[in-house]
Amino acid sequence: MDKPSYVYVSYIATTAQKVWDAITDAEQSAFYWMRSNVSDWKVGSTWEHKFLGKAADLVGTVLESDPPKRLVLTWAGPAHVDNPERVSRVAFDIDQMGDKVRLTMSHTELTPAGLKDVAAAWPAVLSNMKTYLETGGTIPDAFGGIHD
Amino acid sequence: MADDTDKVFKALADASRRALLDDLFREPGQTLGALASRLAMTRQAVSQHLTVLEAANLISSVRQGREKLHYLNPIPIHEVHARWIAKFERPRLDALADLKSRLEGEQTDG
Repeated sequence: MDKPSYVYVSYIATTAQKVWDAITDAEQSAFYWMRSNVSDWKVGSTWEHKFLGKAADLVGTVLESDPPKRLVLTWAGPAHVDNPERVSRVAFDIDQMGDKVRLTMSHTELTPAGLKDVAAAWPAVLSNMKTYLETGGTIPDAFGGIHD
Repeated sequence: MADDTDKVFKALADASRRALLDDLFREPGQTLGALASRLAMTRQAVSQHLTVLEAANLISSVRQGREKLHYLNPIPIHEVHARWIAKFERPRLDALADLKSRLEGEQTDG
Protein backbone atom coordinates (compact mmCIF):
# COMPACT_ATOMS: atom_id res chain seq x y z
CA MET A 1 0.00 0.00 0.00
CA ASP A 2 1.89 3.03 -1.25
CA LYS A 3 -0.80 5.63 -0.70
CA PRO A 4 0.40 8.11 1.95
CA SER A 5 -1.56 8.19 5.19
CA TYR A 6 -0.90 11.90 5.65
CA VAL A 7 0.31 14.68 3.40
CA TYR A 8 0.96 17.88 5.32
CA VAL A 9 1.99 21.11 3.62
CA SER A 10 3.43 24.19 5.28
CA TYR A 11 4.46 27.45 3.59
CA ILE A 12 7.43 29.02 5.32
CA ALA A 13 9.00 32.42 4.58
CA THR A 14 12.59 31.21 4.41
CA THR A 15 15.00 29.35 2.12
CA ALA A 16 15.10 25.67 1.19
CA GLN A 17 18.57 25.37 2.73
CA LYS A 18 17.31 26.70 6.07
CA VAL A 19 14.44 24.19 6.07
CA TRP A 20 16.86 21.38 5.27
CA ASP A 21 19.15 22.52 8.10
CA ALA A 22 16.24 22.80 10.54
CA ILE A 23 15.31 19.17 9.85
CA THR A 24 18.82 17.71 9.79
CA ASP A 25 20.77 19.77 12.35
CA ALA A 26 20.79 18.23 15.82
CA GLU A 27 20.76 21.54 17.67
CA GLN A 28 18.07 23.20 15.56
CA SER A 29 15.75 20.20 15.57
CA ALA A 30 16.03 19.98 19.36
CA PHE A 31 14.93 23.60 19.60
CA TYR A 32 11.54 23.32 17.85
CA TRP A 33 11.00 19.51 17.75
CA MET A 34 11.97 18.73 21.37
CA ARG A 35 14.48 16.09 20.31
CA SER A 36 17.49 16.08 18.00
CA ASN A 37 17.60 14.49 14.56
CA VAL A 38 21.01 12.86 14.29
CA SER A 39 22.62 11.33 11.19
CA ASP A 40 25.19 12.08 8.52
CA TRP A 41 22.15 12.09 6.17
CA LYS A 42 23.81 9.92 3.53
CA VAL A 43 21.73 7.31 1.73
CA GLY A 44 21.90 4.05 3.65
CA SER A 45 22.96 5.68 6.93
CA THR A 46 20.87 5.36 10.05
CA TRP A 47 19.21 8.38 11.64
CA GLU A 48 17.92 8.83 15.18
CA HIS A 49 15.43 11.11 16.89
CA LYS A 50 16.51 11.52 20.51
CA PHE A 51 17.61 13.58 23.43
CA LEU A 52 21.37 13.87 22.94
CA GLY A 53 23.17 11.42 25.18
CA LYS A 54 20.06 9.28 25.65
CA ALA A 55 18.66 6.29 23.80
CA ALA A 56 16.81 7.06 20.57
CA ASP A 57 13.01 7.42 20.56
CA LEU A 58 12.74 6.89 16.82
CA VAL A 59 15.20 5.32 14.45
CA GLY A 60 15.43 4.60 10.73
CA THR A 61 17.46 4.61 7.56
CA VAL A 62 18.05 7.39 5.07
CA LEU A 63 16.45 6.21 1.80
CA GLU A 64 16.92 9.36 -0.28
CA SER A 65 18.98 12.45 0.40
CA ASP A 66 19.07 15.34 -2.05
CA PRO A 67 19.94 18.47 -0.06
CA PRO A 68 18.23 20.85 0.21
CA LYS A 69 15.28 19.47 -1.77
CA ARG A 70 14.27 15.99 -0.72
CA LEU A 71 14.83 13.67 2.22
CA VAL A 72 13.18 10.26 2.62
CA LEU A 73 13.53 8.26 5.83
CA THR A 74 12.27 5.03 7.28
CA TRP A 75 10.73 5.59 10.69
CA ALA A 76 10.22 3.19 13.58
CA GLY A 77 10.33 2.79 17.32
CA PRO A 78 13.69 1.26 18.30
CA ALA A 79 12.00 -2.01 19.28
CA HIS A 80 10.29 -2.37 15.90
CA VAL A 81 13.09 -1.50 13.54
CA ASP A 82 13.45 -5.08 12.30
CA ASN A 83 9.72 -5.62 11.82
CA PRO A 84 8.78 -4.37 8.33
CA GLU A 85 5.14 -4.05 9.36
CA ARG A 86 6.04 -1.50 12.01
CA VAL A 87 8.41 0.57 9.88
CA SER A 88 6.81 3.56 8.19
CA ARG A 89 8.27 6.04 5.72
CA VAL A 90 8.51 9.82 5.87
CA ALA A 91 9.34 12.03 2.89
CA PHE A 92 10.17 15.74 3.10
CA ASP A 93 9.93 17.69 -0.13
CA ILE A 94 11.32 21.21 0.08
CA ASP A 95 10.36 23.47 -2.83
CA GLN A 96 11.58 27.05 -3.06
CA MET A 97 8.73 29.20 -4.43
CA GLY A 98 9.98 32.78 -4.68
CA ASP A 99 10.52 34.09 -1.16
CA LYS A 100 8.72 31.13 0.42
CA VAL A 101 9.32 27.45 0.79
CA ARG A 102 6.63 24.84 0.37
CA LEU A 103 7.46 22.02 2.75
CA THR A 104 5.53 18.81 2.06
CA MET A 105 5.73 16.00 4.60
CA SER A 106 4.14 12.72 3.59
CA HIS A 107 3.94 9.79 5.96
CA THR A 108 3.37 6.41 4.34
CA GLU A 109 2.89 2.82 5.48
CA LEU A 110 1.73 3.69 8.97
CA THR A 111 0.12 1.05 11.14
CA PRO A 112 -3.33 1.87 12.52
CA ALA A 113 -1.68 2.36 15.92
CA GLY A 114 0.70 4.91 14.49
CA LEU A 115 -1.97 6.84 12.61
CA LYS A 116 -3.53 8.67 15.53
CA ASP A 117 -0.27 9.67 17.17
CA VAL A 118 1.15 10.99 13.94
CA ALA A 119 -2.00 12.93 13.14
CA ALA A 120 -1.62 14.87 16.39
CA ALA A 121 2.14 15.29 16.43
CA TRP A 122 2.99 16.47 12.91
CA PRO A 123 0.97 19.71 12.87
CA ALA A 124 2.68 20.75 16.13
CA VAL A 125 6.13 19.94 14.74
CA LEU A 126 5.54 21.68 11.41
CA SER A 127 3.92 24.78 12.95
CA ASN A 128 6.72 25.09 15.44
CA MET A 129 9.32 24.71 12.68
CA LYS A 130 7.63 27.53 10.75
CA THR A 131 7.62 29.79 13.81
CA TYR A 132 11.26 28.96 14.50
CA LEU A 133 12.37 29.70 10.93
CA GLU A 134 10.29 32.86 10.56
CA THR A 135 10.83 34.41 13.99
CA GLY A 136 13.74 32.55 15.63
CA GLY A 137 11.43 31.62 18.49
CA THR A 138 9.02 28.80 19.12
CA ILE A 139 5.33 28.62 19.92
CA PRO A 140 4.83 28.63 23.71
CA ASP A 141 3.48 25.26 24.73
CA ALA A 142 3.56 24.03 21.13
CA PHE A 143 3.18 20.42 22.16
CA GLY A 144 0.49 20.96 24.75
CA GLY A 145 -3.21 20.99 24.11
CA ILE A 146 -3.31 18.21 21.55
CA HIS A 147 -4.22 15.32 23.77
CA ASP A 148 -7.93 15.95 24.05
CA MET B 1 0.05 36.51 6.10
CA ALA B 2 -3.25 38.26 6.82
CA ASP B 3 -4.26 37.31 3.31
CA ASP B 4 -3.51 33.64 4.00
CA THR B 5 -5.65 33.71 7.14
CA ASP B 6 -8.48 35.34 5.19
CA LYS B 7 -8.36 32.48 2.69
CA VAL B 8 -8.62 29.90 5.47
CA PHE B 9 -11.69 31.48 7.03
CA LYS B 10 -13.35 32.11 3.68
CA ALA B 11 -12.72 28.52 2.60
CA LEU B 12 -14.22 27.23 5.85
CA ALA B 13 -17.26 29.50 5.58
CA ASP B 14 -19.12 26.99 3.42
CA ALA B 15 -20.90 23.84 4.57
CA SER B 16 -20.03 21.84 1.44
CA ARG B 17 -16.35 22.61 1.80
CA ARG B 18 -16.42 21.65 5.46
CA ALA B 19 -18.12 18.40 4.45
CA LEU B 20 -15.31 17.73 1.98
CA LEU B 21 -12.71 18.27 4.69
CA ASP B 22 -14.63 16.01 7.10
CA ASP B 23 -14.75 13.30 4.47
CA LEU B 24 -11.03 13.58 3.74
CA PHE B 25 -10.37 13.26 7.47
CA ARG B 26 -12.44 10.03 7.51
CA GLU B 27 -10.89 8.67 4.34
CA PRO B 28 -7.57 10.29 3.35
CA GLY B 29 -6.24 10.11 -0.19
CA GLN B 30 -9.48 10.27 -2.20
CA THR B 31 -9.81 11.16 -5.85
CA LEU B 32 -12.16 13.86 -7.08
CA GLY B 33 -14.49 11.19 -8.44
CA ALA B 34 -14.63 9.34 -5.13
CA LEU B 35 -15.41 12.53 -3.24
CA ALA B 36 -18.16 13.45 -5.68
CA SER B 37 -19.90 10.10 -5.34
CA ARG B 38 -19.54 9.90 -1.55
CA LEU B 39 -20.91 13.41 -1.04
CA ALA B 40 -23.50 13.27 -3.84
CA MET B 41 -22.06 16.35 -5.51
CA THR B 42 -21.23 16.95 -9.15
CA ARG B 43 -17.59 16.56 -10.15
CA GLN B 44 -17.64 20.20 -11.23
CA ALA B 45 -18.86 21.40 -7.83
CA VAL B 46 -16.29 19.27 -6.01
CA SER B 47 -13.57 20.54 -8.32
CA GLN B 48 -14.47 24.18 -7.62
CA HIS B 49 -14.54 23.61 -3.87
CA LEU B 50 -11.19 21.78 -3.99
CA THR B 51 -9.66 24.75 -5.80
CA VAL B 52 -10.74 27.10 -3.00
CA LEU B 53 -9.55 24.68 -0.33
CA GLU B 54 -6.20 24.18 -2.06
CA ALA B 55 -5.69 27.95 -2.37
CA ALA B 56 -6.17 28.15 1.41
CA ASN B 57 -3.71 25.25 1.85
CA LEU B 58 -6.40 23.24 3.62
CA ILE B 59 -5.97 20.40 1.13
CA SER B 60 -2.78 18.76 -0.05
CA SER B 61 -2.50 16.25 -2.85
CA VAL B 62 -0.20 13.70 -4.39
CA ARG B 63 -0.18 12.29 -7.89
CA GLN B 64 -0.21 8.55 -8.17
CA GLY B 65 -0.11 7.41 -11.77
CA ARG B 66 -2.95 9.27 -13.46
CA GLU B 67 -4.83 9.87 -10.23
CA LYS B 68 -4.68 12.89 -7.96
CA LEU B 69 -5.23 11.92 -4.34
CA HIS B 70 -6.47 14.56 -1.90
CA TYR B 71 -5.68 14.96 1.79
CA LEU B 72 -6.87 17.17 4.58
CA ASN B 73 -4.00 19.51 5.45
CA PRO B 74 -4.62 20.69 9.02
CA ILE B 75 -1.53 22.92 9.22
CA PRO B 76 -3.36 26.25 8.66
CA ILE B 77 -6.01 25.26 11.19
CA HIS B 78 -3.26 24.37 13.64
CA GLU B 79 -1.75 27.81 13.13
CA VAL B 80 -5.12 29.40 13.89
CA HIS B 81 -5.31 27.20 16.99
CA ALA B 82 -1.79 28.16 18.07
CA ARG B 83 -2.58 31.84 17.66
CA TRP B 84 -5.90 32.04 19.46
CA ILE B 85 -6.25 28.99 21.66
CA ALA B 86 -2.93 27.39 22.61
CA LYS B 87 -1.61 30.53 24.25
CA PHE B 88 -4.46 30.45 26.75
CA GLU B 89 -3.78 26.90 27.81
CA ARG B 90 -1.46 25.94 30.59
CA PRO B 91 1.54 23.80 29.67
CA ARG B 92 0.67 20.14 29.62
CA LEU B 93 2.29 16.92 28.54
CA ASP B 94 4.84 16.93 25.82
CA ALA B 95 3.17 15.23 22.88
CA LEU B 96 6.24 13.45 21.65
CA ALA B 97 7.07 12.11 25.11
CA ASP B 98 3.53 10.78 25.12
CA LEU B 99 4.10 9.24 21.68
CA LYS B 100 7.21 7.53 23.03
CA SER B 101 5.40 6.05 26.00
CA ARG B 102 2.57 4.84 23.78
CA LEU B 103 4.98 3.19 21.36
CA GLU B 104 6.76 1.56 24.28
CA GLY B 105 3.44 0.49 25.74
CA GLU B 106 2.52 -1.22 22.48
CA GLN B 107 5.79 -3.05 22.48
CA THR B 108 5.04 -4.67 25.85
CA ASP B 109 1.46 -5.41 24.82
CA GLY B 110 2.66 -7.33 21.83
